[in-house]
Amino acid sequence: MTTVTSEETMRTDYTSRLKDHGGLIALAVILVFNIIVTPNFLQTQTLAVNISQVATIAIVAMGMTLVIATGGIDLSVGAVMALSGALAPLVFLSDFGQAYPVLGLIAALLFPLLAALVCGLFNGIIVSVLKVQPIIATLILFISGRGIAQVLTNGNLQTFSNPEFSYLGTGKILGFPFQGWLALAIACLLFWVVNRTIFGRYLLAIGGNERAARLAGGPVRGVKIGAYVICSVLSGLAGLIVVAINSASDAARNGNLMELDAIAAAVVGGALLQGGKAPIFGAILGAVIIQLVKYTLLANGVEDEVALIAKAVIILAAVYIQQARKE
Amino acid sequence: MAPLLTMTGIKKHFGGVPALRDASLEIEPGEVHALIGQNGAGKSTLIKILTGLYRRDEGEVEFAGAPSHLSSPRGAQNAGIATIYQELNLVPLRSVSENVVMGQEPKSFGFMINWPEAHRRTREILSRFGIEIDVTAPLGSYSTAIQQLVAIARAVSMDAKLVIMDEPTSSLDSSEVEILFGVVRELKSSGVSVLYVSHFLDELFQICDRVTIMRDGKTVGCREIVDTKKLDLIAAMLGRNTDEIEAEGLTELAGGSAAFDEVVLDVNHVATGPRLSEFSMSLHRGEIVGLGGLLGSGRTEAARSIFGLDPLTSGTLRLNGREFKPAEPSEAIRARIAFLTEDRKAEGIVPDMSVRENLTLALLPSLRRNGQIDREREKELVGEFIRKLGIKTSHMDQPIRELSGGNQQKVLLARWLATKPDILILDEPTRGVDVGAKREIQAIIRTFVDEGHAVILISSEFEELVEGANRIVVMHEGKSVSELTNPGITENALVRALAHHEDATP
Repeated sequence: MTTVTSEETMRTDYTSRLKDHGGLIALAVILVFNIIVTPNFLQTQTLAVNISQVATIAIVAMGMTLVIATGGIDLSVGAVMALSGALAPLVFLSDFGQAYPVLGLIAALLFPLLAALVCGLFNGIIVSVLKVQPIIATLILFISGRGIAQVLTNGNLQTFSNPEFSYLGTGKILGFPFQGWLALAIACLLFWVVNRTIFGRYLLAIGGNERAARLAGGPVRGVKIGAYVICSVLSGLAGLIVVAINSASDAARNGNLMELDAIAAAVVGGALLQGGKAPIFGAILGAVIIQLVKYTLLANGVEDEVALIAKAVIILAAVYIQQARKE
Repeated sequence: MAPLLTMTGIKKHFGGVPALRDASLEIEPGEVHALIGQNGAGKSTLIKILTGLYRRDEGEVEFAGAPSHLSSPRGAQNAGIATIYQELNLVPLRSVSENVVMGQEPKSFGFMINWPEAHRRTREILSRFGIEIDVTAPLGSYSTAIQQLVAIARAVSMDAKLVIMDEPTSSLDSSEVEILFGVVRELKSSGVSVLYVSHFLDELFQICDRVTIMRDGKTVGCREIVDTKKLDLIAAMLGRNTDEIEAEGLTELAGGSAAFDEVVLDVNHVATGPRLSEFSMSLHRGEIVGLGGLLGSGRTEAARSIFGLDPLTSGTLRLNGREFKPAEPSEAIRARIAFLTEDRKAEGIVPDMSVRENLTLALLPSLRRNGQIDREREKELVGEFIRKLGIKTSHMDQPIRELSGGNQQKVLLARWLATKPDILILDEPTRGVDVGAKREIQAIIRTFVDEGHAVILISSEFEELVEGANRIVVMHEGKSVSELTNPGITENALVRALAHHEDATP
């Protein structure tokens, strides 16, 4: 009898561990596969390329994780990226930006982020004050944001040469891309916000039981608006990074389909769509997995279309694991 | 004539907790039969067994002359039992006809729905009840009353022998109630039986033949309505008479003899909407004021108005002599008011959060230090409350959903006590907790009051009110109608006060 019970416990331990660490296990599998199959995988060059590409997904996915933690969703992140990415060159290519390069550079960073912040306020207010469902509320900017960006740039590709600005996407610290460090710093900050601050506690409480949070005096509106604002500002930052990497701003393509990557990364990272959980480092893990799958397929000559299907399979697996975790 | 339905000796447990201990029910053909009882008496469990949603543990059910072993709502429907739920299970965006004939549409050529025939049949059924409406319009475009009647029409069209109506009038106005009664009488005259569940006792006297009373999972009586007075029904539902109270009725709430000179809260003719239209009371330091009333009398709405949940449409609140107009719970909390809500699951706990996080949820603003939560103080406080209130948890970081109901309730009580409130509003503080935890919770409340704080107590357990409260404000249909003062309140006096106002309604 005793042996049976202990075997049973071992088995449940094993399965629950699989569910809890499914992301890490998936990452290990992908890494091992690449080390064996993909040529030149274990080179710093490869690592740098992957980090520079994963950073934008990770940054947006972390913001998305906060929004999902409130039980919401933000479809407008890609459009906000396009908008902020379109604004930056407009600022430093303007007469003012040319005349005062330093001020122009600062403005080129701050102004787009401010615009992103306004987008977040817009989303947050529509969701929490007007009580529109998040998926519809953020659809407004999803549709119009990219349109505004294209109108601002007349639909043109803006190319530029501005090494200081491009540092955001091409700079290196200790041999690794600047934006990778940036993403890591943001993750540490957000981890602190979620786990140590009152805002974070309320965020999780609202996602876990909104009525209870409100009855306990929680500032439900303010916290929700805060989550959308953080998500939008981070998206704006990601938009700037993409523009910096390319030394060009293409409002039609910047951040295209990013909402799907970000939601997928958050979900793979362990965020529950009904709210109440905000695994910040999980979002990074999710972003890394999605990026690596993309890279693996690309490096092995698999077409883009097939890569999309692979992404869908990952999301499916993540959702399945979530369901199993809920029991 | 043989009865249409006989249920005897029905027992049902949920995870060791008995919901039905010995329930029975008998309905004659063509009879309108009422089923009444307090919350938690077992009415809905009995109905769910009858309609096949639950399986009984023990007991016999005989329907239409044969033993019945229903295991699904669909089976019940086929057997001739139709249920009209409080929340209608119809499709508001589809037409009235579609809703009525759904599942048994008239066909032409064997596969196409014969719409003219469907509309004709629907019109015919509805006109039997004196309802003439456009049956091709979406159901949702009609009032709740009409929708309810359509649900009944649907039941009739399926040749139901027994129609179960669960609180059918709770969302109807008085003229709509008359229409519904007409339909019930029409059903009766065509030989269909109706099981009528309602807490509006006056209605029963208008349309029912007999009434079955349930209490604590048992059927405690079945009476001819013509031989019954409303006071008898209320007393039977509560299971109270003076002898019993003297024998066993002690709670941990009794005691306390503070001098009540300082008024902390003064409520003047407050209204927040149709469910709270005229509420006045005062509350002194060191006092428990009970809100008495039957279901739907506006007790919870009264509490919500003080806590800033429902904006006042008229009237004033005065807190410590100053005008007080909370727009959000956070304002009420800052003014040292706490509100332990009735629905622990929906409005109390955050299930995935730990005991610690749940306990300090209302306290967070005062735990802020250097922009973050002071975790040392948080742990200290939580540990203190776990000790003081005897909360049984393996660790303060255990998810609260893993605790028993009584311990969850203690955590929520601690959540509010930790904010050091002057006024604590308790809405059914001991509902759904076991007897031991109940007495402990009552003792905690007593201590709190003896420290000079004030409590507003809402409870359906009359002994809690009678023994605990210094005064009881009696609520009826959204109004505070009278006040009883201790010493001198007995359960009979309270029952009579409630019944009196029941009688007083037109």
